[in-house]
Amino acid sequence: MEDASTGSDSDYSKYWISWFLSSKGNEYFCEVEEDYILDRFNLTGLNTEVQHYSQALDLITDNLDDEIQDDFRGTLDVQARLLYGLIHARWIVTARGLAKMLEKYKKADFGRCPRVLCQSQPLLPVGLTDVPYEKSVKLYCGRCEDIYSPKSSRHGSIDGAYFGTSFPHLLFLVYPNLIPPKSGPVDFAPNMRGAGDVEASRRNRRGREDQEPPTDSMTEGFSTATAALKADRYRPRIFGFQVHEIAKLQRWQEAVRDKQISRLEQLEENV
Amino acid sequence: MSRQAPSSSLEPPQGEVEEEELVSATGEGDDAMEDVEEQEEGYSSSTPTSTLTWISWFCSLPGHEYFCEVSEDFIEDDFNLTGLNVMVPFWKEAMEMVLDVEPGAPGTFPAKSSSAHLRSDEDTSKIPDVSIVEASAELLYGLVHQRFILTRAGLQAMVDKYEAGIFGTCPRVHCKGCYVVPCGRSDLPGMDTVKLFCPNCNDIYTPPSSRFQGVDGAFFGTTFAHLFFQSYRELAPAPFWRPPSPSQSSESLRSSASSSSHAPAFVNPNPHGGQKRAEGRVYTAKIYGFRVSERAKCGPRMQWMRMRPRSPEELDLVDWRGRWINDDDEYDDEEEDVDEDRPMEDFDPDAAEDDDEEEEEEEEEPTGTNGRKVVGHAADASQRFQVSIRPPSSSPATSAPPRTPRDDFGRFAVSGVPVTLPGVGGTKLKVVRQPRGVTAEVC
Repeated sequence: MEDASTGSDSDYSKYWISWFLSSKGNEYFCEVEEDYILDRFNLTGLNTEVQHYSQALDLITDNLDDEIQDDFRGTLDVQARLLYGLIHARWIVTARGLAKMLEKYKKADFGRCPRVLCQSQPLLPVGLTDVPYEKSVKLYCGRCEDIYSPKSSRHGSIDGAYFGTSFPHLLFLVYPNLIPPKSGPVDFAPNMRGAGDVEASRRNRRGREDQEPPTDSMTEGFSTATAALKADRYRPRIFGFQVHEIAKLQRWQEAVRDKQISRLEQLEENV
Repeated sequence: MSRQAPSSSLEPPQGEVEEEELVSATGEGDDAMEDVEEQEEGYSSSTPTSTLTWISWFCSLPGHEYFCEVSEDFIEDDFNLTGLNVMVPFWKEAMEMVLDVEPGAPGTFPAKSSSAHLRSDEDTSKIPDVSIVEASAELLYGLVHQRFILTRAGLQAMVDKYEAGIFGTCPRVHCKGCYVVPCGRSDLPGMDTVKLFCPNCNDIYTPPSSRFQGVDGAFFGTTFAHLFFQSYRELAPAPFWRPPSPSQSSESLRSSASSSSHAPAFVNPNPHGGQKRAEGRVYTAKIYGFRVSERAKCGPRMQWMRMRPRSPEELDLVDWRGRWINDDDEYDDEEEDVDEDRPMEDFDPDAAEDDDEEEEEEEEEPTGTNGRKVVGHAADASQRFQVSIRPPSSSPATSAPPRTPRDDFGRFAVSGVPVTLPGVGGTKLKVVRQPRGVTAEVC
């Protein structure tokens, strides 16, 4: 995962964005389409967040004059990264942005869940705040629904605001059929389980999703009310015996779970 | 079972003395140091130098940072090796390598060399390849290590490494850098690689560095991590958690782990339980600042796994079968309201306090939606069901009746006598009846 940076020559890329995306440590970012950046409506308010806003924007869109002094270029680069990050946070919650991030998710570009019982579930980046310079990016696991720190410090220093607090949850809201199952191996094509060619089925699936965000699965009426029952959990044992206090806590937690499940089942019955 | 025998010969870790020494250390677990593994890349040669024992060479190899050095006395005591000679090929050669004994020295390991397995090796007078013996030595050392770290000396060696952060921190954000300990998923070698157990979330994680992919989890065993936190209770987070009050919360995230030093002393009323303040925040998914409703298909389903009750008493609201003990139905209505209003979690500790206060309310409701009711004595019911048992039965779990009707609890409890686990100072076994039968718990 850490070595996922693309092989292209980072320093000699023609375009700032492709240079940025290919430089080491920026593997979590996806490409923001130029149309999106050029539509000023999408940038509303960012001019107050970013110093030298218009030059930074010019740098991102490769319209910057070459006569800029070198020392200013350094600060401008920092601002351009900030601006790109903030645009990125807005872009990845659009339909096209979600689709782009989905591709990266399927390639596990964001790493895999460190929790053993999540069976290497791919992760999604998430911020803890939408304000820049506050918290670094974290990784959300759709299986255990918890957040983890990136393994590598390169990713651990990325600003969480460049991904925003909403992104992974919006992704699963828009693509509910991609909500990972709580047990079993990772599988991106739950409706095609057992199909021999995973890659092909994945590609089919992607094509379909891109056209019509999966409202079909909403009408299918699948339920996640009892999903939590399938979740595996680790049970500490000493010479085979459960540890009393932990076992007690786990019983309590499972009672909380059962309460939620019966609450959800009741809701479903009423519908 | 072979493991039980040697462990009973070990001195039980005396809780008191070591606990005294460790009190000062409990507050230190705040620094989020993750990559201790970067150090010690130095040794790549596979031949130990003359100044270095095989054991210290082995423990200094990259990827072997989790191992502690087993004392040679422990390895030389045949009793501690009971049963291992059938698991390790080239036993004699491996022993010689681990203990840095000249090969073929006469009368080195008489007890082991009498085994039929080894004699057959000698009969064929096969001189095994060094790399094969090395693998055997590693297996031998690992299996001895599994037993050694359950002894008092072994636990002490591991607690030193723990407090130095050698094992790293929990990757889960809301565990706030809680130190982890190595943990196996099986006691038999060759099943799975080493994992890391976090005492705060009671979950296991894959080590962050791939260099640990080659370390067998059996070299640490399934028991060690939990015996460790039973022996050093100050290091074990308590099972309940109360959100900090606003006055304390102005501290940064980082200092919260050490807040026990300036906050009023934390006490878990259960003397056998974890005595460290837990990190109890649970992640709440939000879209544009709005909490995702559990009614949505993508709504939260797994928060229960990380939740803690606010007080230890709430744990007793759940009976031994994991059902809520409630004698009144009025909670059902109330619960709906609370759920509607449940506020979102905020990650900024400076601003989050009020939210957290309310957030926990839902968990407190002792509603039993399953409708199972226990008549009377609800609060202490779960305690009554945990029955101490008499020691002579070597398998306590089966000594109890498999399924007893409710009325039989009294009878069941009468036979109770505390039993001391070998190797665990002051640890008792309790039997808890579960739907599938009876399980025993260490407390």
